[in-house]
Amino acid sequence: MLVLAIDTSTPAVTAGVLALGEDVRVLAERVTIDPRAHGELLTPHVRDALREAGTSLQELDAIVCGVGPGPFTGLRAGMATAAAFAHSLAIPAYPVCGLDAIAAAAPGGEPFLVVTDARRREVYWAAYDEAGARTDGPHVARPGDIGTHVRSAAGHGAALHALALGLDVLDPPYPAPAGLTAVARDEVLAAAPPAPLIPLYLRRPDAVEPGARKRVTAP
Amino acid sequence: MTARIVMGIESSCDETGVGIVRLHGDGAVELLADEVASSVEQHARFGGVVPEVASRAHLEAMVPTATRAFETAGLTLSDVDAIAVTAGPGLAGALLVGVAAAKAYATALDVPLYGVNHLAGHIAVDTLQHGPLPAPCLALLVSGGHTQLLRVDDIASSITELGSTVDDAAGEAYDKVARVLDLPYPGGPPIDRAAADGDPTAIAFPRGMTGPRDARYDFSFSGLKTAVARWVEGAQRRGETVPVADVAASFQEAVADVLTRKAIRAAGDAGIGTLVISGGVAANSRLSTLAAQRCAEAGIELRVPRPRLCTDNGAMIAALGAHLVAAGAAPSTLDMSANPALPVGTVSV
Ligand SMILES: [Zn+2]
Repeated sequence: MLVLAIDTSTPAVTAGVLALGEDVRVLAERVTIDPRAHGELLTPHVRDALREAGTSLQELDAIVCGVGPGPFTGLRAGMATAAAFAHSLAIPAYPVCGLDAIAAAAPGGEPFLVVTDARRREVYWAAYDEAGARTDGPHVARPGDIGTHVRSAAGHGAALHALALGLDVLDPPYPAPAGLTAVARDEVLAAAPPAPLIPLYLRRPDAVEPGARKRVTAP
Repeated sequence: MTARIVMGIESSCDETGVGIVRLHGDGAVELLADEVASSVEQHARFGGVVPEVASRAHLEAMVPTATRAFETAGLTLSDVDAIAVTAGPGLAGALLVGVAAAKAYATALDVPLYGVNHLAGHIAVDTLQHGPLPAPCLALLVSGGHTQLLRVDDIASSITELGSTVDDAAGEAYDKVARVLDLPYPGGPPIDRAAADGDPTAIAFPRGMTGPRDARYDFSFSGLKTAVARWVEGAQRRGETVPVADVAASFQEAVADVLTRKAIRAAGDAGIGTLVISGGVAANSRLSTLAAQRCAEAGIELRVPRPRLCTDNGAMIAALGAHLVAAGAAPSTLDMSANPALPVGTVSV
Protein backbone atom coordinates (compact mmCIF):
# COMPACT_ATOMS: atom_id res chain seq x y z
CA MET A 1 0.00 0.00 0.00
CA LEU A 2 1.17 3.50 -0.76
CA VAL A 3 1.08 5.87 2.21
CA LEU A 4 1.68 9.61 2.58
CA ALA A 5 3.02 10.54 6.05
CA ILE A 6 2.77 14.12 7.32
CA ASP A 7 3.87 15.75 10.56
CA THR A 8 4.06 19.39 11.66
CA SER A 9 3.90 18.98 15.44
CA THR A 10 7.55 19.99 16.00
CA PRO A 11 9.91 22.48 14.30
CA ALA A 12 10.30 19.84 11.54
CA VAL A 13 8.14 20.19 8.43
CA THR A 14 7.85 16.53 7.47
CA ALA A 15 6.42 14.69 4.46
CA GLY A 16 7.21 11.20 3.25
CA VAL A 17 5.95 8.62 0.78
CA LEU A 18 6.10 5.01 1.95
CA ALA A 19 5.36 1.53 0.71
CA LEU A 20 3.64 -0.47 3.41
CA GLY A 21 3.54 -4.26 3.34
CA GLU A 22 5.35 -6.74 5.58
CA ASP A 23 7.64 -3.86 6.46
CA VAL A 24 7.64 -0.07 6.15
CA ARG A 25 9.77 1.16 3.24
CA VAL A 26 10.50 4.87 2.77
CA LEU A 27 10.35 5.74 -0.93
CA ALA A 28 11.09 9.45 -0.50
CA GLU A 29 10.94 12.06 2.23
CA ARG A 30 11.34 15.81 2.60
CA VAL A 31 12.11 17.38 5.98
CA THR A 32 12.93 21.01 6.77
CA ILE A 33 13.59 22.23 10.31
CA ASP A 34 11.83 25.60 10.48
CA PRO A 35 9.04 26.23 13.00
CA ARG A 36 7.76 29.21 11.01
CA ALA A 37 7.49 27.50 7.63
CA HIS A 38 4.92 24.75 8.13
CA GLY A 39 2.27 26.61 6.17
CA GLU A 40 4.60 27.46 3.31
CA LEU A 41 6.61 24.27 2.90
CA LEU A 42 4.41 21.29 3.66
CA THR A 43 2.49 20.93 0.40
CA PRO A 44 5.62 21.61 -1.72
CA HIS A 45 7.36 18.89 0.35
CA VAL A 46 4.52 16.48 -0.37
CA ARG A 47 4.68 17.26 -4.08
CA ASP A 48 8.49 16.85 -4.18
CA ALA A 49 8.46 13.58 -2.23
CA LEU A 50 5.79 12.14 -4.52
CA ARG A 51 7.80 13.16 -7.57
CA GLU A 52 10.99 11.58 -6.21
CA ALA A 53 9.05 8.40 -5.35
CA GLY A 54 7.85 8.34 -8.96
CA THR A 55 4.20 8.38 -7.99
CA SER A 56 1.25 10.76 -7.58
CA LEU A 57 -1.40 11.67 -5.03
CA GLN A 58 -3.95 9.66 -7.01
CA GLU A 59 -1.98 6.46 -6.33
CA LEU A 60 -2.13 6.87 -2.53
CA ASP A 61 -4.08 4.37 -0.42
CA ALA A 62 -3.93 6.25 2.89
CA ILE A 63 -2.56 9.24 4.76
CA VAL A 64 -0.92 9.09 8.17
CA CYS A 65 -0.81 12.38 10.07
CA GLY A 66 0.88 13.40 13.31
CA VAL A 67 -1.72 15.05 15.58
CA GLY A 68 0.68 16.38 18.20
CA PRO A 69 1.01 17.20 20.95
CA GLY A 70 2.61 20.29 19.47
CA PRO A 71 2.79 23.91 20.56
CA PHE A 72 3.00 25.54 17.17
CA THR A 73 0.03 26.86 15.24
CA GLY A 74 1.86 24.94 12.51
CA LEU A 75 0.46 21.70 13.93
CA ARG A 76 -2.84 22.68 12.36
CA ALA A 77 -1.19 23.32 8.98
CA GLY A 78 -0.27 19.64 8.74
CA MET A 79 -3.64 18.46 9.95
CA ALA A 80 -5.65 20.76 7.64
CA THR A 81 -3.45 19.57 4.78
CA ALA A 82 -4.00 15.90 5.62
CA ALA A 83 -7.75 16.41 6.03
CA ALA A 84 -8.10 18.21 2.69
CA PHE A 85 -5.98 15.61 0.86
CA ALA A 86 -8.06 12.82 2.37
CA HIS A 87 -11.28 14.62 1.39
CA SER A 88 -10.27 15.31 -2.19
CA LEU A 89 -8.71 11.86 -2.78
CA ALA A 90 -11.46 9.99 -0.88
CA ILE A 91 -8.92 8.01 1.17
CA PRO A 92 -8.61 7.63 4.96
CA ALA A 93 -6.33 9.83 7.09
CA TYR A 94 -5.10 8.11 10.27
CA PRO A 95 -4.13 10.18 13.33
CA VAL A 96 -0.88 9.28 15.10
CA CYS A 97 0.47 10.67 18.38
CA GLY A 98 3.78 12.31 17.45
CA LEU A 99 5.47 11.03 20.62
CA ASP A 100 4.54 7.46 19.63
CA ALA A 101 6.07 8.05 16.20
CA ILE A 102 9.34 9.11 17.84
CA ALA A 103 9.21 6.10 20.19
CA ALA A 104 8.69 3.77 17.22
CA ALA A 105 12.06 4.84 15.84
CA ALA A 106 13.92 4.90 19.19
CA PRO A 107 16.40 2.12 20.08
CA GLY A 108 14.25 0.53 22.84
CA GLY A 109 15.57 -2.43 24.84
CA GLU A 110 14.81 -0.65 28.12
CA PRO A 111 12.08 1.72 29.29
CA PHE A 112 12.50 5.32 28.07
CA LEU A 113 10.72 8.65 27.69
CA VAL A 114 9.89 10.72 24.67
CA VAL A 115 10.13 14.45 25.36
CA THR A 116 9.34 17.27 22.93
CA ASP A 117 9.36 21.04 23.33
CA ALA A 118 6.05 22.56 24.44
CA ARG A 119 7.59 26.08 24.74
CA ARG A 120 6.87 28.31 27.75
CA ARG A 121 9.59 26.25 29.53
CA GLU A 122 7.40 23.16 29.38
CA VAL A 123 7.64 19.84 27.56
CA TYR A 124 5.28 17.22 26.21
CA TRP A 125 6.28 13.78 27.43
CA ALA A 126 5.21 10.16 27.50
CA ALA A 127 6.79 6.99 28.94
CA TYR A 128 7.39 3.78 26.98
CA ASP A 129 8.35 0.25 27.97
CA GLU A 130 11.31 -1.69 26.57
CA ALA A 131 9.19 -2.81 23.59
CA GLY A 132 8.18 0.78 22.76
CA ALA A 133 4.58 0.59 24.02
CA ARG A 134 3.30 3.75 25.73
CA THR A 135 2.83 3.27 29.49
CA ASP A 136 2.10 6.86 30.57
CA GLY A 137 1.13 10.13 28.94
CA PRO A 138 1.08 12.16 26.85
CA HIS A 139 1.36 14.97 29.41
CA VAL A 140 2.52 18.57 29.42
CA ALA A 141 4.82 19.53 32.33
CA ARG A 142 7.90 21.43 33.42
CA PRO A 143 10.98 19.26 32.74
CA GLY A 144 11.92 19.19 36.45
CA ASP A 145 8.46 17.92 37.42
CA ILE A 146 8.66 14.65 35.48
CA GLY A 147 9.09 11.87 38.07
CA THR A 148 10.82 8.95 36.34
CA HIS A 149 13.25 6.10 36.95
CA VAL A 150 14.27 5.62 33.33
CA ARG A 151 17.74 6.51 32.10
CA SER A 152 17.12 7.90 28.65
CA ALA A 153 14.78 9.99 26.53
CA ALA A 154 14.22 10.53 22.81
CA GLY A 155 12.75 13.65 21.16
CA HIS A 156 14.17 17.14 20.65
CA GLY A 157 12.84 18.22 24.05
CA ALA A 158 15.19 15.73 25.69
CA ALA A 159 18.23 17.48 24.21
CA LEU A 160 16.77 20.94 24.84
CA HIS A 161 16.22 20.21 28.55
CA ALA A 162 18.99 17.62 29.05
CA LEU A 163 20.26 19.39 32.17
CA ALA A 164 16.92 19.58 33.93
CA LEU A 165 15.99 16.03 32.94
CA GLY A 166 19.36 14.41 33.69
CA LEU A 167 18.69 11.72 31.07
CA ASP A 168 20.77 10.31 28.23
CA VAL A 169 19.51 11.68 24.91
CA LEU A 170 18.36 9.19 22.28
CA ASP A 171 17.49 9.57 18.61
CA PRO A 172 15.30 10.46 16.85
CA PRO A 173 14.58 14.12 17.65
CA TYR A 174 11.40 14.43 15.53
CA PRO A 175 8.59 12.19 14.25
CA ALA A 176 9.81 10.77 10.93
CA PRO A 177 7.67 9.26 8.12
CA ALA A 178 8.79 5.69 8.94
CA GLY A 179 7.87 6.03 12.63
CA LEU A 180 4.52 7.68 11.87
CA THR A 181 3.62 4.93 9.43
CA ALA A 182 4.82 2.14 11.74
CA VAL A 183 2.44 3.32 14.47
CA ALA A 184 -0.58 3.27 12.15
CA ARG A 185 0.55 0.13 10.26
CA ASP A 186 -2.13 -2.33 11.46
CA GLU A 187 -5.03 0.08 10.91
CA VAL A 188 -3.78 1.07 7.45
CA LEU A 189 -3.29 -2.52 6.34
CA ALA A 190 -6.73 -3.48 7.66
CA ALA A 191 -8.24 -0.38 5.96
CA ALA A 192 -9.92 0.27 9.33
CA PRO A 193 -12.18 3.32 9.62
CA PRO A 194 -9.85 6.09 10.86
CA ALA A 195 -10.30 7.79 14.23
CA PRO A 196 -11.23 11.49 13.91
CA LEU A 197 -8.32 13.75 13.01
CA ILE A 198 -8.28 15.82 16.21
CA PRO A 199 -5.15 17.52 17.61
CA LEU A 200 -3.76 16.49 21.00
CA TYR A 201 -3.72 20.00 22.43
CA LEU A 202 -3.19 19.08 26.13
CA ARG A 203 -3.58 22.77 26.98
CA ARG A 204 -6.72 24.87 27.09
CA PRO A 205 -6.74 28.01 24.93
CA ASP A 206 -5.28 31.07 26.63
CA ALA A 207 -8.31 33.18 27.19
CA VAL A 208 -9.67 34.95 30.21
CA GLU A 209 -13.24 35.97 30.66
CA PRO A 210 -13.41 39.72 31.18
CA GLY A 211 -14.10 40.90 34.71
CA ALA A 212 -16.23 43.91 35.52
CA ARG A 213 -15.89 46.64 32.92
CA LYS A 214 -13.36 49.32 33.82
CA ARG A 215 -14.96 52.72 34.36
CA VAL A 216 -13.70 55.61 32.26
CA THR A 217 -14.64 58.20 34.88
CA ALA A 218 -13.53 58.38 38.52
CA PRO A 219 -16.21 57.00 40.85
CA MET B 1 -14.76 30.60 -22.77
CA THR B 2 -16.80 27.85 -21.12
CA ALA B 3 -18.20 28.19 -17.61
CA ARG B 4 -15.80 27.49 -14.79
CA ILE B 5 -16.37 26.46 -11.17
CA VAL B 6 -14.45 28.34 -8.48
CA MET B 7 -14.26 27.21 -4.84
CA GLY B 8 -13.54 29.88 -2.19
CA ILE B 9 -12.19 29.24 1.31
CA GLU B 10 -12.34 31.83 4.10
CA SER B 11 -10.84 31.47 7.60
CA SER B 12 -9.47 34.91 8.54
CA CYS B 13 -11.47 35.44 11.76
CA ASP B 14 -14.24 33.43 13.43
CA GLU B 15 -16.17 32.12 10.42
CA THR B 16 -15.11 29.07 8.43
CA GLY B 17 -16.57 29.66 4.99
CA VAL B 18 -16.64 27.64 1.79
CA GLY B 19 -18.35 29.14 -1.24
CA ILE B 20 -18.78 27.85 -4.77
CA VAL B 21 -19.51 30.05 -7.77
CA ARG B 22 -19.85 29.52 -11.51
CA LEU B 23 -17.98 31.95 -13.76
CA HIS B 24 -19.94 32.16 -17.00
CA GLY B 25 -18.40 32.72 -20.39
CA ASP B 26 -19.68 36.33 -20.44
CA GLY B 27 -17.93 37.11 -17.14
CA ALA B 28 -21.07 36.87 -14.99
CA VAL B 29 -20.52 35.19 -11.63
CA GLU B 30 -23.30 33.00 -10.21
CA LEU B 31 -23.51 31.87 -6.59
CA LEU B 32 -23.98 28.11 -6.19
CA ALA B 33 -23.19 27.52 -2.51
CA ASP B 34 -22.25 29.55 0.54
CA GLU B 35 -21.70 27.46 3.68
CA VAL B 36 -20.43 29.00 6.91
CA ALA B 37 -19.56 27.49 10.29
CA SER B 38 -19.24 30.17 12.94
CA SER B 39 -17.41 29.96 16.26
CA VAL B 40 -18.96 33.26 17.43
CA GLU B 41 -20.79 31.59 20.33
CA GLN B 42 -17.52 30.21 21.70
CA HIS B 43 -16.12 33.76 21.85
CA ALA B 44 -19.17 35.42 23.39
CA ARG B 45 -18.17 34.91 27.03
CA PHE B 46 -14.74 36.43 26.29
CA GLY B 47 -16.29 39.57 24.77
CA GLY B 48 -14.20 39.27 21.60
CA VAL B 49 -12.62 36.76 19.23
CA VAL B 50 -10.03 34.54 20.94
CA PRO B 51 -7.50 33.59 18.22
CA GLU B 52 -6.65 30.11 19.54
CA VAL B 53 -10.35 29.23 19.94
CA ALA B 54 -11.02 30.44 16.39
CA SER B 55 -8.09 28.46 14.95
CA ARG B 56 -9.22 25.26 16.66
CA ALA B 57 -12.74 25.72 15.34
CA HIS B 58 -11.49 26.31 11.77
CA LEU B 59 -9.62 23.01 11.73
CA GLU B 60 -12.68 21.12 12.95
CA ALA B 61 -15.05 22.83 10.55
CA MET B 62 -13.01 23.02 7.34
CA VAL B 63 -13.79 19.68 5.66
CA PRO B 64 -17.39 19.39 6.96
CA THR B 65 -18.12 22.91 5.65
CA ALA B 66 -16.59 22.08 2.26
CA THR B 67 -18.61 18.87 2.13
CA ARG B 68 -21.84 20.78 2.80
CA ALA B 69 -20.99 23.36 0.15
CA PHE B 70 -20.58 20.71 -2.56
CA GLU B 71 -23.82 19.02 -1.48
CA THR B 72 -25.65 22.35 -1.72
CA ALA B 73 -24.16 23.11 -5.14
CA GLY B 74 -24.92 19.60 -6.40
CA LEU B 75 -21.31 19.31 -7.52
CA THR B 76 -18.29 17.20 -6.59
CA LEU B 77 -14.73 18.28 -5.93
CA SER B 78 -13.72 17.02 -9.37
CA ASP B 79 -15.91 19.74 -10.94
CA VAL B 80 -13.66 22.48 -9.50
CA ASP B 81 -11.59 24.51 -11.99
CA ALA B 82 -9.88 26.93 -9.58
CA ILE B 83 -9.56 27.56 -5.84
CA ALA B 84 -9.31 30.89 -4.05
CA VAL B 85 -8.39 31.27 -0.40
CA THR B 86 -8.09 34.23 1.96
CA ALA B 87 -4.35 34.91 2.31
CA GLY B 88 -4.90 37.92 4.61
CA PRO B 89 -5.42 40.18 6.39
CA GLY B 90 -6.65 38.34 9.48
CA LEU B 91 -5.58 36.23 12.44
CA ALA B 92 -2.35 34.34 11.67
CA GLY B 93 -3.32 30.97 13.12
CA ALA B 94 -6.80 31.16 11.62
CA LEU B 95 -5.59 32.07 8.12
CA LEU B 96 -3.07 29.22 8.24
CA VAL B 97 -5.80 26.57 8.44
CA GLY B 98 -7.60 27.78 5.33
CA VAL B 99 -4.41 28.32 3.34
CA ALA B 100 -3.08 24.84 4.22
CA ALA B 101 -6.37 23.19 3.26
CA ALA B 102 -6.61 25.21 0.02
CA LYS B 103 -3.10 24.19 -1.03
CA ALA B 104 -3.96 20.54 -0.48
CA TYR B 105 -7.27 20.80 -2.37
CA ALA B 106 -5.60 22.62 -5.29
CA THR B 107 -2.75 20.09 -5.44
CA ALA B 108 -5.01 17.04 -5.22
CA LEU B 109 -7.41 18.43 -7.84
CA ASP B 110 -4.57 19.83 -9.98
CA VAL B 111 -6.20 23.26 -10.37
CA PRO B 112 -4.78 26.78 -9.97
CA LEU B 113 -4.74 28.35 -6.50
CA TYR B 114 -5.33 32.05 -5.83
CA GLY B 115 -4.36 33.51 -2.45
CA VAL B 116 -6.57 36.57 -2.19
CA ASN B 117 -7.24 39.64 -0.09
CA HIS B 118 -10.13 39.33 2.35
CA LEU B 119 -11.04 43.02 2.01
CA ALA B 120 -11.25 42.79 -1.79
CA GLY B 121 -13.53 39.78 -1.25
CA HIS B 122 -15.96 41.96 0.72
CA ILE B 123 -16.26 44.18 -2.36
CA ALA B 124 -16.30 41.39 -4.97
CA VAL B 125 -19.21 39.67 -3.21
CA ASP B 126 -21.51 42.47 -4.35
CA THR B 127 -21.20 41.28 -7.96
CA LEU B 128 -23.02 38.06 -6.94
CA GLN B 129 -26.11 40.14 -6.19
CA HIS B 130 -25.87 43.28 -8.32
CA GLY B 131 -23.73 42.26 -11.30
CA PRO B 132 -20.47 43.78 -12.57
CA LEU B 133 -19.02 46.75 -10.66
CA PRO B 134 -18.64 50.00 -12.56
CA ALA B 135 -15.07 51.31 -12.62
CA PRO B 136 -14.15 53.26 -10.69
CA CYS B 137 -16.35 52.75 -7.67
CA LEU B 138 -15.98 53.50 -4.00
CA ALA B 139 -16.24 50.88 -1.24
CA LEU B 140 -16.92 51.43 2.45
CA LEU B 141 -15.97 48.31 4.46
CA VAL B 142 -17.31 48.25 7.98
CA SER B 143 -17.08 45.29 10.34
CA GLY B 144 -15.71 44.19 13.68
CA GLY B 145 -12.25 44.00 12.12
CA HIS B 146 -12.14 46.72 9.49
CA THR B 147 -13.31 50.25 8.72
CA GLN B 148 -11.97 51.38 5.38
CA LEU B 149 -12.79 53.64 2.51
CA LEU B 150 -11.44 52.23 -0.75
CA ARG B 151 -11.27 53.30 -4.36
CA VAL B 152 -11.78 50.35 -6.71
CA ASP B 153 -10.53 50.82 -10.27
CA ASP B 154 -10.44 47.10 -11.03
CA ILE B 155 -11.63 44.47 -8.56
CA ALA B 156 -9.02 42.00 -9.86
CA SER B 157 -6.01 44.28 -9.74
CA SER B 158 -6.42 47.83 -8.53
CA ILE B 159 -7.75 48.84 -5.11
CA THR B 160 -6.49 51.92 -3.30
CA GLU B 161 -7.08 52.83 0.33
CA LEU B 162 -8.36 56.39 0.74
CA GLY B 163 -8.85 56.21 4.50
CA SER B 164 -9.28 53.88 7.45
CA THR B 165 -9.87 53.94 11.17
CA VAL B 166 -7.00 55.25 13.24
CA ASP B 167 -8.10 53.27 16.30
CA ASP B 168 -11.14 50.99 16.76
CA ALA B 169 -13.06 49.39 13.91
CA ALA B 170 -16.72 50.45 13.75
CA GLY B 171 -17.88 46.98 14.80
CA GLU B 172 -15.46 47.01 17.71
CA ALA B 173 -17.05 50.25 18.95
CA TYR B 174 -20.44 48.51 18.80
CA ASP B 175 -19.10 45.61 20.90
CA LYS B 176 -17.63 47.96 23.51
CA VAL B 177 -20.72 50.16 23.74
CA ALA B 178 -22.85 47.01 24.06
CA ARG B 179 -20.80 46.08 27.13
CA VAL B 180 -21.38 49.54 28.62
CA LEU B 181 -25.13 49.05 28.10
CA ASP B 182 -25.10 45.43 29.36
CA LEU B 183 -26.14 44.15 25.93
CA PRO B 184 -24.76 40.86 24.56
CA TYR B 185 -21.77 40.22 22.26
CA PRO B 186 -21.50 40.79 19.33
CA GLY B 187 -22.91 44.26 19.91
CA GLY B 188 -24.20 45.23 16.45
CA PRO B 189 -27.60 43.51 16.34
CA PRO B 190 -28.65 44.23 19.99
CA ILE B 191 -27.71 47.91 19.70
CA ASP B 192 -29.59 48.17 16.41
CA ARG B 193 -32.66 46.60 18.06
CA ALA B 194 -32.44 48.80 21.16
CA ALA B 195 -31.99 51.92 18.99
CA ALA B 196 -35.25 51.26 17.17
CA ASP B 197 -37.19 52.65 20.17
CA GLY B 198 -34.75 55.46 20.92
CA ASP B 199 -34.28 59.09 19.93
CA PRO B 200 -31.13 59.51 17.80
CA THR B 201 -30.97 63.20 18.72
CA ALA B 202 -31.33 62.63 22.49
CA ILE B 203 -27.59 62.86 23.20
CA ALA B 204 -25.05 64.75 21.07
CA PHE B 205 -22.18 62.26 20.99
CA PRO B 206 -18.96 63.45 19.29
CA ARG B 207 -18.26 62.86 15.58
CA GLY B 208 -14.61 61.74 15.54
CA MET B 209 -12.16 63.20 13.02
CA THR B 210 -14.63 65.54 11.38
CA GLY B 211 -12.79 68.78 12.15
CA PRO B 212 -11.43 70.96 9.34
CA ARG B 213 -7.85 69.85 10.03
CA ASP B 214 -8.61 66.12 10.42
CA ALA B 215 -7.73 63.65 7.67
CA ARG B 216 -10.56 63.84 5.14
CA TYR B 217 -11.21 60.10 4.83
CA ASP B 218 -9.95 58.60 8.10
CA PHE B 219 -12.16 57.51 10.99
CA SER B 220 -11.86 57.35 14.77
CA PHE B 221 -14.31 55.61 17.09
CA SER B 222 -12.31 55.45 20.28
CA GLY B 223 -13.40 58.88 21.51
CA LEU B 224 -17.04 58.09 20.76
CA LYS B 225 -16.87 54.85 22.72
CA THR B 226 -15.35 56.69 25.72
CA ALA B 227 -17.94 59.47 25.47
CA VAL B 228 -20.75 56.92 25.63
CA ALA B 229 -19.18 55.21 28.67
CA ARG B 230 -18.70 58.58 30.41
CA TRP B 231 -22.30 59.62 29.73
CA VAL B 232 -23.69 56.30 31.03
CA GLU B 233 -21.49 56.37 34.15
CA GLY B 234 -22.65 59.94 34.84
CA ALA B 235 -26.29 58.87 34.69
CA GLN B 236 -25.59 55.90 36.96
CA ARG B 237 -23.77 58.10 39.48
CA ARG B 238 -26.75 60.41 39.66
CA GLY B 239 -28.91 57.38 40.35
CA GLU B 240 -30.82 57.75 37.08
CA THR B 241 -32.10 54.87 34.97
CA VAL B 242 -29.92 54.69 31.86
CA PRO B 243 -32.12 55.34 28.79
CA VAL B 244 -30.63 52.42 26.85
CA ALA B 245 -32.71 53.02 23.71
CA ASP B 246 -31.72 56.71 23.50
CA VAL B 247 -28.04 55.98 24.16
CA ALA B 248 -28.03 53.20 21.54
CA ALA B 249 -29.85 55.38 18.98
CA SER B 250 -27.60 58.40 19.60
CA PHE B 251 -24.43 56.29 19.44
CA GLN B 252 -25.59 54.59 16.25
CA GLU B 253 -26.47 57.95 14.74
CA ALA B 254 -22.94 59.22 15.39
CA VAL B 255 -21.38 56.15 13.75
CA ALA B 256 -23.68 56.23 10.71
CA ASP B 257 -23.29 59.99 10.34
CA VAL B 258 -19.48 59.93 10.19
CA LEU B 259 -19.28 56.85 7.97
CA THR B 260 -21.73 58.15 5.36
CA ARG B 261 -20.50 61.74 5.53
CA LYS B 262 -16.93 60.69 4.70
CA ALA B 263 -17.98 58.19 2.05
CA ILE B 264 -20.12 60.78 0.25
CA ARG B 265 -17.31 63.33 0.56
CA ALA B 266 -14.79 60.90 -1.00
CA ALA B 267 -17.19 60.08 -3.84
CA GLY B 268 -17.74 63.78 -4.49
CA ASP B 269 -14.02 64.61 -4.37
CA ALA B 270 -13.17 61.89 -6.90
CA GLY B 271 -16.30 62.24 -9.01
CA ILE B 272 -17.27 58.62 -8.39
CA GLY B 273 -20.92 57.66 -8.95
CA THR B 274 -21.18 54.30 -7.16
CA LEU B 275 -20.77 53.42 -3.48
CA VAL B 276 -20.64 49.82 -2.21
CA ILE B 277 -21.08 49.29 1.54
CA SER B 278 -20.06 45.85 2.79
CA GLY B 279 -18.87 44.07 5.93
CA GLY B 280 -20.84 42.96 8.99
CA VAL B 281 -21.85 46.50 10.03
CA ALA B 282 -23.36 47.15 6.57
CA ALA B 283 -26.43 45.29 7.80
CA ASN B 284 -26.99 48.01 10.42
CA SER B 285 -30.40 49.58 9.78
CA ARG B 286 -29.45 53.19 10.53
CA LEU B 287 -26.30 53.02 8.40
CA SER B 288 -28.17 51.68 5.39
CA THR B 289 -31.06 54.13 5.77
CA LEU B 290 -28.81 57.16 6.15
CA ALA B 291 -26.53 56.00 3.32
CA ALA B 292 -29.52 55.54 1.03
CA GLN B 293 -30.81 59.01 1.86
CA ARG B 294 -27.46 60.78 1.44
CA CYS B 295 -26.55 58.86 -1.73
CA ALA B 296 -29.91 59.79 -3.25
CA GLU B 297 -29.30 63.46 -2.40
CA ALA B 298 -25.83 63.33 -3.94
CA GLY B 299 -26.90 61.38 -7.02
CA ILE B 300 -24.77 58.37 -6.10
CA GLU B 301 -25.82 54.79 -6.80
CA LEU B 302 -25.72 52.80 -3.54
CA ARG B 303 -25.07 49.05 -3.54
CA VAL B 304 -25.35 47.05 -0.32
CA PRO B 305 -25.15 43.24 -0.58
CA ARG B 306 -27.76 41.33 1.44
CA PRO B 307 -26.70 40.75 5.07
CA ARG B 308 -25.72 37.10 4.51
CA LEU B 309 -23.17 38.19 1.90
CA CYS B 310 -21.88 41.14 3.95
CA THR B 311 -20.53 39.07 6.84
CA ASP B 312 -17.43 36.89 6.38
CA ASN B 313 -18.09 33.92 4.09
CA GLY B 314 -16.51 31.73 1.42
CA ALA B 315 -18.73 33.04 -1.38
CA MET B 316 -16.95 36.41 -1.32
CA ILE B 317 -13.60 34.66 -1.74
CA ALA B 318 -14.95 32.47 -4.54
CA ALA B 319 -16.40 35.56 -6.24
CA LEU B 320 -13.08 37.37 -6.08
CA GLY B 321 -11.33 34.22 -7.34
CA ALA B 322 -13.72 34.13 -10.31
CA HIS B 323 -12.87 37.74 -11.19
CA LEU B 324 -9.16 36.88 -11.03
CA VAL B 325 -9.70 33.87 -13.30
CA ALA B 326 -11.72 36.04 -15.71
CA ALA B 327 -8.97 38.68 -15.72
CA GLY B 328 -6.30 36.07 -16.45
CA ALA B 329 -4.43 36.85 -13.23
CA ALA B 330 -1.39 34.75 -12.38
CA PRO B 331 -2.14 32.02 -9.81
CA SER B 332 -0.25 31.87 -6.50
CA THR B 333 2.61 29.45 -5.97
CA LEU B 334 2.32 26.44 -3.64
CA ASP B 335 4.76 27.99 -1.16
CA MET B 336 2.64 31.13 -0.67
CA SER B 337 2.14 32.18 2.92
CA ALA B 338 -0.75 33.61 4.85
CA ASN B 339 -0.11 37.28 5.62
CA PRO B 340 -1.99 38.62 8.67
CA ALA B 341 -1.13 42.19 7.59
CA LEU B 342 -1.73 41.84 3.84
CA PRO B 343 -2.13 45.41 2.50
CA VAL B 344 -5.45 46.18 0.86
CA GLY B 345 -3.71 47.15 -2.39
CA THR B 346 -2.55 43.56 -2.84
CA VAL B 347 -5.61 41.86 -4.33
CA SER B 348 -3.88 38.49 -4.85
CA VAL B 349 -0.50 37.15 -3.74
ZN1 LIG C 1 -14.34 40.62 7.00
